[in-house]
Amino acid sequence: MALLLLFLGPLEDVAGAGEIALDVAEPLTLAAIAERLEPELAVALVGAKIRMALNGNLVAPGEVMAGDGDELAFLPPVSGG
Amino acid sequence: MATLSRRVRSWPATVTSSLSSLPSAGANLRRVRIAGGAFDPHAELADFANGRESAGGIVSFLGQVRQEPGDAVEALELRHFAPLTLPGMEQLVVRAESHWPLMAVLVVHRVGVMMPGDPIVLVACAAKHRRDAFASADFLMDHLKSSAWFWKREKTGEGWRWIEPRDSDHADLTRWQDVP
Repeated sequence: MALLLLFLGPLEDVAGAGEIALDVAEPLTLAAIAERLEPELAVALVGAKIRMALNGNLVAPGEVMAGDGDELAFLPPVSGG
Repeated sequence: MATLSRRVRSWPATVTSSLSSLPSAGANLRRVRIAGGAFDPHAELADFANGRESAGGIVSFLGQVRQEPGDAVEALELRHFAPLTLPGMEQLVVRAESHWPLMAVLVVHRVGVMMPGDPIVLVACAAKHRRDAFASADFLMDHLKSSAWFWKREKTGEGWRWIEPRDSDHADLTRWQDVP
């Protein structure tokens, strides 16, 4: 088990993959998660326009506390239709 | 250590929902669907209109993959995020139903790879009077374009490129501020 990070839309290109699994010892805040990632990706993820969903539910960046078995999705601005 | 995975997350190809947590459409019809493969908009509309004889009008909008002369776009791909995309579309339809007296609503939205000319999105609203049908279809399309959880990229000779949202898409939403 691990913390699974999902990258939607253009964030997938920044991350180099649609998902990254992090081995985590304990639940992490967004800042702690960002510290584990490449700097370019970390900067992209904390951008003001990136929304987050923890286990399928939208959460505010300050509410992120994600650990083993959780799925945290990063959702950039949408472009549908 | 970060373990990189090259696997692209693929959600179920075709998604429909139980609607169990949303207000009932009552005696009215509400069809909201994400389509993982090609759909036939004419067959969809014919089926939608069948049994809607009490509606004075049905307004429909079909969005398709655009190709203009000299356009280098070879393919278009739409991605979604299953936990949020369909529930968000359903909430949007509920919002429209609450504001306009609609008898039936149809929303079909493609995901996956599409070719020029392929249907992307079909919206149809049936109402007793035409202005409610026009307005609600317009409302639904503006929101599907700029607030539904879809991401679009296009392929040209130079490869795939993600499409950034346009400012005008967000400006379109301000038209509907009086819709609760």
